Amino acid sequence: MSTAAAHDAHDHGPASGLSRWIFTTNHKDIGTLYLLFSLLMFFVGGAMAMVIRAELFQPGLQFVNPMFFNTMTTMHALIMIFGAVMPAFVGLANWLIPIMLGAPDMALPRMNNWSFWILPFAFTMLLSTLFMDGGGPAGGWTLYPPLVLQTGDAFPFVIFSIHMMGLSSIMGAINVVVTILNMRAPGMTLMKMPLFVWTWLITAYLLIAVMPVLAGAVTMLLTDKFFGTSFFSAAGGGDPVMFQHIFWFFGHPEVYILILPAFGIVSQIIPTFARKPLFGYSSMVYATASIAFLSFLVWAHHMFTVGMPLAGELFFMYATMLIAVPTGVKVFNWVSTMWKGSMTFETPMLFALGFVFMFTIGGFSGLMLAIAPVDFQYHDTYFVVAHFHYVLVTGAIYAIMAGAYYWLPKWTGNMYNETLGKWHFWLSTIFVNVLFFPQHFLGLAGMPRRIPDYSIQFTEFNVISSLGGFAFGLTQLLFAYIVISTIRGGKKATDQVWEGAEGLEWTLPSPPPYHSFTTAPVIK
Amino acid sequence: MSARTNLRVPQVLTGLALLSVAGIAAAEYGLNLRPGVTTIAQEAYSLHMLILWVCVAIGIVVFGAMFYSILNHRKSKGAVAAQFHESTAVEIAWTIIPFLILIGMAIPATKALIAMEDTSNSDLTIKVTGYQWKWQYEYLNEGVNFFSTLSTPKEEIFNRADKNPDYLLEVDNPVVVPVGKKVRLSITANDVIHAWWVPDLGMKKDAIPGFINEMWFNIDTPGTYRGQCAELCGKDHGFMPIVVVAKEQAEYDTWVADQLKMADAAAADSNRDFTMAELMARGEKVYTSNCAACHQANGEGVPGAFPALKGGVITTGPAAEHLALVMNGKAGTAMAAFAGQLNDADLAAVVTYERNAWGNNKGDVVQPAAVKAAR
Ligand SMILES: [Cu+2]
Repeated sequence: MSTAAAHDAHDHGPASGLSRWIFTTNHKDIGTLYLLFSLLMFFVGGAMAMVIRAELFQPGLQFVNPMFFNTMTTMHALIMIFGAVMPAFVGLANWLIPIMLGAPDMALPRMNNWSFWILPFAFTMLLSTLFMDGGGPAGGWTLYPPLVLQTGDAFPFVIFSIHMMGLSSIMGAINVVVTILNMRAPGMTLMKMPLFVWTWLITAYLLIAVMPVLAGAVTMLLTDKFFGTSFFSAAGGGDPVMFQHIFWFFGHPEVYILILPAFGIVSQIIPTFARKPLFGYSSMVYATASIAFLSFLVWAHHMFTVGMPLAGELFFMYATMLIAVPTGVKVFNWVSTMWKGSMTFETPMLFALGFVFMFTIGGFSGLMLAIAPVDFQYHDTYFVVAHFHYVLVTGAIYAIMAGAYYWLPKWTGNMYNETLGKWHFWLSTIFVNVLFFPQHFLGLAGMPRRIPDYSIQFTEFNVISSLGGFAFGLTQLLFAYIVISTIRGGKKATDQVWEGAEGLEWTLPSPPPYHSFTTAPVIK
Repeated sequence: MSARTNLRVPQVLTGLALLSVAGIAAAEYGLNLRPGVTTIAQEAYSLHMLILWVCVAIGIVVFGAMFYSILNHRKSKGAVAAQFHESTAVEIAWTIIPFLILIGMAIPATKALIAMEDTSNSDLTIKVTGYQWKWQYEYLNEGVNFFSTLSTPKEEIFNRADKNPDYLLEVDNPVVVPVGKKVRLSITANDVIHAWWVPDLGMKKDAIPGFINEMWFNIDTPGTYRGQCAELCGKDHGFMPIVVVAKEQAEYDTWVADQLKMADAAAADSNRDFTMAELMARGEKVYTSNCAACHQANGEGVPGAFPALKGGVITTGPAAEHLALVMNGKAGTAMAAFAGQLNDADLAAVVTYERNAWGNNKGDVVQPAAVKAAR
């Protein structure tokens, strides 16, 4: 207690050493932890993708056995979704929401610490299954029974790690909601909030609504396997398709959990570099809310081939097509924001533009997949793989990278190397298209997804795709280098950083003090 | 080599781009969806083309505006930012116009979907059952019943032999159907979920244990059409192809008659005794196509996943228990019940083989009569 008397309680800096990071309740520290964890998982999941592309480089079995191949596709998805993309967004939320709203910290700082520190344990447990008898989970990240029930010793560990990830997400989401609803600076009305905050508020509600659904579904798998229940076993009076309905009731909103914050980031960046206010702010908010609402009504478009009644297929087809309307509004708004602006093309803007272009391509293939009678041909082929990698890699991950370049000078006080940033963008963009665009052709030609070996008619495009994959993977090492060297030093950033940037975070010094907005700013 | 290491990055990029173009030119197959050979496949194809062109048109407008703006409204060209940030009229227009385009797509899609799901008035019904990792076909009226498994040799899969043109898309027993007839499939599965898909026939349906799904096709041109299981079903998901052979009615009738003769011959087998050598030879074949995928050709299994049969507790224990396990499977594991999949002689042969191969040398023989008694 003597130290408390030694200095002002509102002005102390971070603790020193490792305990700073373990016990921290500071939103900036926790944001940094989330972002670094996400970067690490991005490379772990990426390494698994390299194994997949190496095996698919040529027809025949070369490097891994089919069971391990299935483990790689399953783990790659789980790690990229729950370990890379979601924690990156939560990290951005932690860093940015308080300083965008003029709040001193997140509303529930101790829970914030806990929601981060669950993650390393969850992923250590998930990764440890690779070394268990029977190997890691190999039934696909969608965990469909009865196949998933054939998993060996890994099974309960996979289920518990998903429980832990869900727990972490729900706590993070509650924190975001409470912070946004209670801690805005005076005068910061809801309709004055930056769009990134809006998209996160809606995302947080989606998380709170659907993560318990996933937890329930996987718990039912657990009791089916170990406690003699038959929720999903037809022989015991259950229904294996019911799992798919429950899973995708979680899974489709989850898709928007992975993309709505990306919409928010891009909506911050484009106005800055176009030096022009965001076009249609309120329609952006309403479009985001509509997408979130519709996301609860479209789940069965992931399962058009399970044999639903005709009326069900028609309903889910129409509802899915409807999502194109609010999504289109967003793209039109971004293009209109650029229109008659005064644009410059620093790395964050390049990634944001790459996002708009390639996410829209993913949107087009999404519209094609919505058409049930043609989806019978596309379903479970590489066309679907191409589609969701366009929306998740060149969509979600491009937005995260755009955000990282955009706010890195604010976070660290140092400018990143612009030349290297541009190299990173152009190499990534060329290779990501070499990687994923040919997968459209593979799917249309009839190559199913999740196969370790393929008939020889698919060879050429798999060769191209794998080469693109290796090159894209290597290019990301450049990103890690740029981030680390910016943290270590570089040209000092100004407080404003970007000429056209607007918002409370740019009024703080770069880097911001450990405790910022201890006195709330007044918003006119 | 030193010249290569001196290559600058842009040159490498150009090289890679050229390589991709060369790859596309070398590809012998199209870039687009296959038009298929059935009415529903062709309907799916024309819908696919319609929506593709709509997307291309929207893409040209949106990306056109975006790139025009990127090229012309840049600071380096002295552009001064306008400050407009909303327009109710424009925003209403670009909500309503896409909605109308969607209705334009939904109408033909609805028609196609209704036609595809109409399985009534079929001429022929085949029950299709997915197993890990093979397909069973039962012709409900004709009484034909057989299994269809991958026939690609292991040497090709493990790169010890050149791959033939039908690599991974070839089976021992294809499904044979008559041309010009509406064929209805009743699709189910025995263990996990599979999906039956032949791209040229235009549709895929999941095969789900405990449920029966239906789909239909009507082929006009005789020919061989190939496809694969399309739902992840475990280790050998990539190795359970589907081959459909469409024949003229007369040839189809001959095929049915031949199949029935073969079935009679197999039934006769269960009423006679075999020698040890006959059982071992037959058992090895049955083992290779039904058991080796998991328990391996050398009987050593995969530790932690599939138990070893070489020196195994069951295979060296009492013969009756061994036979019962093979016939009834083991609940909660990947071990299937083979009683419904194999005939008496095959079951007798495979159990005999497992008890005497790989140095197990139990010396006992299981005869078809014993299997018949155990059913
Ligand atoms: Cu299968």
